[in-house]
Amino acid sequence: MINPDSVGRTFAGADLVTVTQSEIDAFAAVIGESNTSVAPPTFSIRISLSQYESILTQPEIGVDWTRLVHGDQKFEIFRPIVAGDTFKCSATIETLRAVAGNEIISVRSDLHCRGELVVSSWSTLVVRG
Amino acid sequence: MVNFGGARMIEIGAEIPQRVFYIDRTMLKAYADASGDQNPIHQNEEFAVSVGLPNVIAHGMLTMALVGKYVTDWSGGSATVHELSARFIKPVIVPMGEKTDLTITGTVAAIEGDRIKLDLVATSAGIKVLGMAKAVVTK
Repeated sequence: MINPDSVGRTFAGADLVTVTQSEIDAFAAVIGESNTSVAPPTFSIRISLSQYESILTQPEIGVDWTRLVHGDQKFEIFRPIVAGDTFKCSATIETLRAVAGNEIISVRSDLHCRGELVVSSWSTLVVRG
Repeated sequence: MVNFGGARMIEIGAEIPQRVFYIDRTMLKAYADASGDQNPIHQNEEFAVSVGLPNVIAHGMLTMALVGKYVTDWSGGSATVHELSARFIKPVIVPMGEKTDLTITGTVAAIEGDRIKLDLVATSAGIKVLGMAKAVVTK
């Protein structure tokens, strides 16, 4: 059972995350994108998902990451990500509910580069009971 | 109808040509490494079956990345996407040694200023795998 006191809390990433060209190249190569001057639109999940994992698996919140499946995903992209972007990441646990023995967590990620909001994304994560 | 400098006309209801992507285990490994999502349900058949799945399944975010590729090939590159969203309603099953299809179609749903809203449909083996798949792009 996830700690319900965690709802509404925003967690700031401990470190700045710098995007490299080789990370963009590898992500683009999987989907056959040859123009890597900017990152593909879903690239930021690489950053957000690892943030979610480090936050949600903290003992005080208590998500079992091995029971997690992805329910839905939305990106709002204010400008494309490019190599050299350095992101300050924050993640907010927006809602938490129990449905049919599963726990459903809605989380939001905001990625700021030097004060500019670049990508906001929302994920629904389902912890299977 | 919107006239983009007289060169290109886009109408509500216009269809983007269908495209088929193929997903295999090699692609799943490459996506796991590129995305950092090393969940074994996407690579290890024994593990996937042990947690009640029929076989190894593709990352939902890989299917969404391919939808992004479909959209951006139409709209003019990765920089043209402002919003992208989808629900993961059914798994894309990827048996060993096989190539599983991801078949994508899209329709222009609305045009607001320079923003084009697209409704997208993605199926695999004839089954709809994404729900409410939408994008907002400029073209």
